[in-house]
Amino acid sequence: MKFRAKTEVKSEIPTASMPDIIFMLLVFFMVTTVLREFEGLQLILPSATKIEKLEFKRNTAHVWVSKAGLVSIDDKRVPVPNIRHVIYAKIAENPRLTISLKADRDTHMKTIMDVQQEFRHANALKVNYAALSRGN
Amino acid sequence: MADIAFLLLVFFLVTTTISMDKGIGQLLPAIGEELEVNPKNITKVLVNATGQILLDEELIPLNQLRGRIKNMLAQNDRLIVSVKTHSQTKHQVYIDVLDQLKQAGAPRISIAEPDF
Repeated sequence: MKFRAKTEVKSEIPTASMPDIIFMLLVFFMVTTVLREFEGLQLILPSATKIEKLEFKRNTAHVWVSKAGLVSIDDKRVPVPNIRHVIYAKIAENPRLTISLKADRDTHMKTIMDVQQEFRHANALKVNYAALSRGN
Repeated sequence: MADIAFLLLVFFLVTTTISMDKGIGQLLPAIGEELEVNPKNITKVLVNATGQILLDEELIPLNQLRGRIKNMLAQNDRLIVSVKTHSQTKHQVYIDVLDQLKQAGAPRISIAEPDF
């Protein structure tokens, strides 16, 4: 004796809206991607517990300070007294700029303070000391 | 059409770097904005070249700084913590101190120039 199912259940995933979903993802990634990345200098960042995230990459300028006191902005070596001019140009372009100061953990504070003074002269007052998160 | 979109999607997925900009935020004072404050509201934190910390002329270990500052803040909420380092102090020590102050919830942190 044969049994037959009374109703046939269709099991198909509707794919009609797939291109729409892909397009939406595509647009999302296109908007969030910032292609230009700078390598910076070789350094080991300090670590800290209470760190905050920088919101927008577009409002961030990176300044690298190596252990030896070399300063690099946008992959260009900048002598310390010239930092103010470079940063001033950046601030003029985007007044909401935050500076991410990526300094090696063994950098002497003299260098950091000198660099910070340059930021003040350029009226770039929002600084973020880049640090790695340390597990509690 | 969907294939092209897929291809572009994969490209952007691969090239996207998730923002790893994390750190300790600090607002610098503008040039010429040095103002007089009541000395009662200032607490001095001095850090020497070897990383020893002096809080109000008393040597304390780093991990006690947070609790001490927290107590002081409870007594005086207008407290300004002034951090002064030696010019040879390592950046890591400075970040550690700032980290402790941030954990204590110190709203106003001032950074003094090293004297020597």
